[in-house]
Amino acid sequence: MQQAINALLIGISNGFIYSLMALALVLVWRSTRVINFAQAGQAILSTYIAYEIVTRTDNFILAFIGGVIAGALVGAVVEILLMRTLFKHVSDGPVAALAPVIASLGLLGLIRSIIGMVWGNDQKPFFPPVSTNGFTFGSTTIPFSRMNLLIVLGAATVMIIFTLIFQKSNLGLALRAAAFQPEIARLAGVRVGAIRTIGWVFAGTAGAVAGILISPNDAITPYSLDSLLIFGFVAAVIGGLESLTGAVVGGLTLGIGLSFILTYIGTSLIFPATFVVLALVLLIRPQGLFGSKAARNA
Amino acid sequence: MSGLTVKDLVVDHGAITALNGISFTVEPGQLAAVIGSNGAGKTTLLRTLSGLKQASGGSAQWIGENILGKKPENLVRHGISHVSEGKSVIPELTVAENLALGGIWRKDKKDVAAVTKEVLELFPRLGERLSQRADTLSGGERQMLAVGRALISRPKLILLDEPSLGLAPLVIEQIFHTIDQLRHKLGLTIVLVEQNAMSALRIADIGIIINLGKIVATGTATELINNPALHAAYLGY
Repeated sequence: MQQAINALLIGISNGFIYSLMALALVLVWRSTRVINFAQAGQAILSTYIAYEIVTRTDNFILAFIGGVIAGALVGAVVEILLMRTLFKHVSDGPVAALAPVIASLGLLGLIRSIIGMVWGNDQKPFFPPVSTNGFTFGSTTIPFSRMNLLIVLGAATVMIIFTLIFQKSNLGLALRAAAFQPEIARLAGVRVGAIRTIGWVFAGTAGAVAGILISPNDAITPYSLDSLLIFGFVAAVIGGLESLTGAVVGGLTLGIGLSFILTYIGTSLIFPATFVVLALVLLIRPQGLFGSKAARNA
Repeated sequence: MSGLTVKDLVVDHGAITALNGISFTVEPGQLAAVIGSNGAGKTTLLRTLSGLKQASGGSAQWIGENILGKKPENLVRHGISHVSEGKSVIPELTVAENLALGGIWRKDKKDVAAVTKEVLELFPRLGERLSQRADTLSGGERQMLAVGRALISRPKLILLDEPSLGLAPLVIEQIFHTIDQLRHKLGLTIVLVEQNAMSALRIADIGIIINLGKIVATGTATELINNPALHAAYLGY
């Protein structure tokens, strides 16, 4: 029983990180129909900037804020400089669907190389702001630590802010309208071009938060968030790729599911299990848990 | 000063010329019915006037200002609202959100609230369904929502694409009646694209009949209705 609770708590903590990464991918997919592999690069770059600030100032909150702002800016720059240019030159046919994805893969490589040149390819220790030792109740110590609590609270805060923006503000209405029906949104007066950039900014923010929250458990390298990209992508697909709620539910489902496999079966099964879950979802419910069939066909 | 002036408008779809030298004028407050069969170029005309499509030649002015080459999101700020083909609503959003979208760019939030109230008085059915998603509405209700959303931007010129498409005859009559009422009440200039020729001409001031991208006849609605030569060919009876 104790073991199951532990698995659940760690699963929730990891799941929130996966959810943030899934949100980043879904936000970009919804706004520009691009599967953004560079998201792992954007997130790790933001994390390195947070790492730089925390090593210089020893202030995690400052580092967090700096890293998140960097993530937002990188998102905007990628959309404006790379994606807009790309869409201007290829607007039709199969190339238009593929080019941005390939470009995002290239960008991932580019960002990693830049990080390597600036900070080196070796591991950098990202010291946690709070203890990573598990909470102790009487004589039992659980694996869930203050850092895990910080992850859950931080991620949940970002999600609540996103929910409020999307459901309650005019900006959120414009973002949703532009995602669902860009043409009708334009006819209603929404500046869809600018709104797309904002979608990338939000995505960059979510990815940065994920990277900065998960990295203090470990050391960082230019490649250390690559596996998170895969977990985030699987979570996004489980959730239906179109739905922000789906991304969160998909992330938590994956996080908790993998945590149980890790606890009861073994670490070596993490990646195979991830893809078995993905395959099952795609076989049983190809539109994902929260997607619509129509959206998948579109 | 004239209202909408279109001169020698040419629009291409790739290698195909969709509109080949279209010229007409709609005076302020007039309702112009653009009639023609499928593929005549009616929808292309509206999409070009609202900025969704690029013209290859000619000019179009609204109250003396060039409108070609401008973006739809900017034209709506200059009083030109396009209600596109096929019930121009966002199905995933609620009725209230679709209406709110129409006023999203406007600074005068008081007036947005006032005009929203007017729209809900005009279409009480929408008021009863504010929190429902637009895809739960009937075809007629969706058309009301699309027109309502356009009205919230306080347009001067409405480009209306086949509002009768896929609706039952009784609902079509209601929609045309509402359009007629609206333009008199609000002093709107309307360009109405329709296959349903007689219903459209009955409420129109002028008619423009196009075929294969060219204007084949223009005149007052009465003239067109009473021209026997046009009946068999274009007016469908």
